[in-house]
Amino acid sequence: MDAKTNYLLRLGDNALVLSQRLSELCGKGPALEEDMALTNVALDLLGQARMWLTYAGELEGRGRDEDALAYRRDAHDFTNVLLVEQPNGNYADTLMRQFYFDTWHYFLIGALTKSSDERIAGIAEKSLKEVTYHLRRSGDLVVRLGDGTDISHRYAQTAADELWMYSGEVFNYDAVDDAMVAAGIAPPAAHLRQQWLDHVADIFAEATLTMPPADAWMQKGGKQGRHSEHLGYLLAEMQFLQRAYPGAEW
Amino acid sequence: MQAAAQLREEQVWTWLAAVPDPEIPVISVVDLGIVRAVQVTGDDAVSVTITPTYSGCPAMQVIEDAVRDALHQRGIGHVDIVTRLSPAWTTDWMSEEGKVKLKDYGIAPPSQQASDLQVIDTSGLKSGLKSGLAGAVSRRAVPPPVVACPHCGSTHTQLTSQFGSTPCKALYKCLDCREPFDYFKCH
Repeated sequence: MDAKTNYLLRLGDNALVLSQRLSELCGKGPALEEDMALTNVALDLLGQARMWLTYAGELEGRGRDEDALAYRRDAHDFTNVLLVEQPNGNYADTLMRQFYFDTWHYFLIGALTKSSDERIAGIAEKSLKEVTYHLRRSGDLVVRLGDGTDISHRYAQTAADELWMYSGEVFNYDAVDDAMVAAGIAPPAAHLRQQWLDHVADIFAEATLTMPPADAWMQKGGKQGRHSEHLGYLLAEMQFLQRAYPGAEW
Repeated sequence: MQAAAQLREEQVWTWLAAVPDPEIPVISVVDLGIVRAVQVTGDDAVSVTITPTYSGCPAMQVIEDAVRDALHQRGIGHVDIVTRLSPAWTTDWMSEEGKVKLKDYGIAPPSQQASDLQVIDTSGLKSGLKSGLAGAVSRRAVPPPVVACPHCGSTHTQLTSQFGSTPCKALYKCLDCREPFDYFKCH
């Protein structure tokens, strides 16, 4: 698999796995408005995943479409970062995971609108408005929880601390990412990371939350297919129908 | 030949203007700005370029089928549907007629220009962020829309939920006539 196909697969897998996680909350949100918001974000991410995976399948040239890539790969073939497969936990966990992801996603997608690959730039342009309101929303809610009651503050701070070690993987570039940067397809990590840190610091200051140290030890491995045990359970549910009834069509 | 082709493209646009949006059947796919281009490519062949509203909009397949069916019924044998992502769909493309139809249907139409929302407001942001896209995420960069109640016309309204029954709508309530209503978000 060439670097670009691999990179597209990562973009698609991140969106797909997070979409699936958020979909688990459908009908179980803490309030009706939050339930709808979470599933709307899930829907946006699913749409984006379809565009990335379709392109990846075409480039790969082995006849795999979006469905084949989503439903007929096992955990070690998934290339999403570990952050997005983390369980929903309590609502502060769900929101903090979303906020860390949205901040990266927003600056990444913004940069991808200037990608040297026209189709990637087009998908990014389509997605940018969506990821912009995702980030506005998750930032708002982090402030509301952090600067809320003693209990909501405590939950938000715990979530911020516990998920922190999963926030660095997106900036940990390997040969695939480096090849994309060299080709002008994707942005370099350093600037992206600085934008991420600045925005998180801004929101945390308003939320009265303490930001964990930027040089803390970070988890990695998801992009290379080494996942936490959580992904297997997620896929078991997501892929059930195609595993039980291979080739079933809508 | 050129004149004949011109005529037929206009004809196709008229036919498509009668294809309803599956979620909001009171407006057509042309009113919504989903149909971007029509090209007559042969005696009974037409190419229609459409663009999705939201990436995950589940109605896109239905819209594609509806456009195809409508043209088949008019005797067009070959209908080619092209999906174009860029430039990305915006509510600015909604026709004035479409906005009136939405309001009459009980959905408040977008009250802002999406192009205005792109204004970058970097006040209050750190120096490192004062370039590029940063302003768009500033939490207070964009003033909230003034949304008029489609029932009584009052602008004394309040947001209930940023998201509604479809990705393109938010929930509002009117503080004067007390009716809840959908607002078609500016996008």
